[in-house]
Amino acid sequence: MEFLQPASWAEALELKAADPRAVPIQGGTDVMVELNFDRHRPPSLLDLTRVTELAQWGTENGHVRVGAGVSYSRVIAELGDQLPGLAMAARTVGSPQIRNRGTVGGNLGASSPAGDCHPVLLAVDADVVVASVRGTRLVPVREFFTGVKRNVLAPDELIESVVLAPAGGPQQYSKIGTRNAMVIAVAAFGLALHPAQRHVGTGIGSAAPTPRRAPDAEAFIDGVLDSDGLWDSREPIPDAAATRFGDLVASASSPIDDVRGTARYRAHALSVLARRALVWAWDELRGRR
Amino acid sequence: MRVNLTVNGVAMQADDVWEGESLLYVLRERLALPGSKNACEQGECGSCSVYLDGEVVCACLVAAGQAQGRSVRTVEGLADGERLDPVQQAFLDAGAVQCGFCTPGLIVMVHDLLQRNPQPSDPEIREALAGNLCRCTGYEKILDAVRQAAEVKAT
Repeated sequence: MEFLQPASWAEALELKAADPRAVPIQGGTDVMVELNFDRHRPPSLLDLTRVTELAQWGTENGHVRVGAGVSYSRVIAELGDQLPGLAMAARTVGSPQIRNRGTVGGNLGASSPAGDCHPVLLAVDADVVVASVRGTRLVPVREFFTGVKRNVLAPDELIESVVLAPAGGPQQYSKIGTRNAMVIAVAAFGLALHPAQRHVGTGIGSAAPTPRRAPDAEAFIDGVLDSDGLWDSREPIPDAAATRFGDLVASASSPIDDVRGTARYRAHALSVLARRALVWAWDELRGRR
Repeated sequence: MRVNLTVNGVAMQADDVWEGESLLYVLRERLALPGSKNACEQGECGSCSVYLDGEVVCACLVAAGQAQGRSVRTVEGLADGERLDPVQQAFLDAGAVQCGFCTPGLIVMVHDLLQRNPQPSDPEIREALAGNLCRCTGYEKILDAVRQAAEVKAT
């Protein structure tokens, strides 16, 4: 096995192009588990922790660009104001030790249906910046995941960053698990209110082969908020509408039975998570939380 | 491959390191520092917690090569000669050690917690130690130890 340690982004892309089977490693919280248990022995590891460009975040054209090497701990400490949903999701990841190492870029790269960042990134319609020696392209996160632990990355591509708008309204992330820490979500839900666009964004985790949106639920609640004039009146969302929203989120999922839970439980949990997330976010918008 | 790193303030060199090896393996098997424990090898248990450039991480999830040129501090590097660090002493005094396997990781984690937050609340202690598993104590004595260490450090 080879250990490749590029010192710059350009060098990293060249190494990946020369050795497309090289496995990128950042915090190691997924890759090292595979190696420790000898489940996977790649021809080479591409260590991205020396690529300083990846460990930075900044604001460009009114959007926040979070480098693929920014840890969850830093998302929580440095980006909680601008990206509250992502910070909430980051706070639920693993333990302090894991959050010090794990990254948003690594979460995307692993493309687990249970990845904690994904529901929020879907709800805010983030873009993933992917690059290779051939150039850089922007992939909407909604098109990024193609299957269980699969994504659109070509063999020579690496994730550079994720780009998203600073929150224009309240955001939520909720997750079901057996305890508060060290949990792979049984079901998870991300929600973002976009008052300027008069839109509610959604993201489902751990309840389908890929993280996915709930478009029918979005259309339904957008319609209710619009026809009842709630964006202007800031009156409470009727209970029946919130419940219907939860049911539509659940019906957008296609969960399986596995060791962590049954499909039926996941769908039910998701309907509850979605209803609560909507009400919590709406109450925050109304200044009641 | 060869890995050069600083451990507990001392420049060290490990040779014949396999490229897929963890920092934990390097510490325990190549650098004769068995304080950090090897238990789950998947970041679940916290018994291999060490400082890497000042941040607590699971050494089992750091590739050896990623530690090249970095600074590592393990449980062996906390005492001042024969004098235990207040966190170590508090674990002894409070009876927070039973089989001892989780102890080094917990001590490193508590050491870090009290540096960042000298007077943590109980929920803050629980949150900070959420990634460190203990199967003997039931955690109550560990919480006592953290409170005692915080008190000692404050005086």
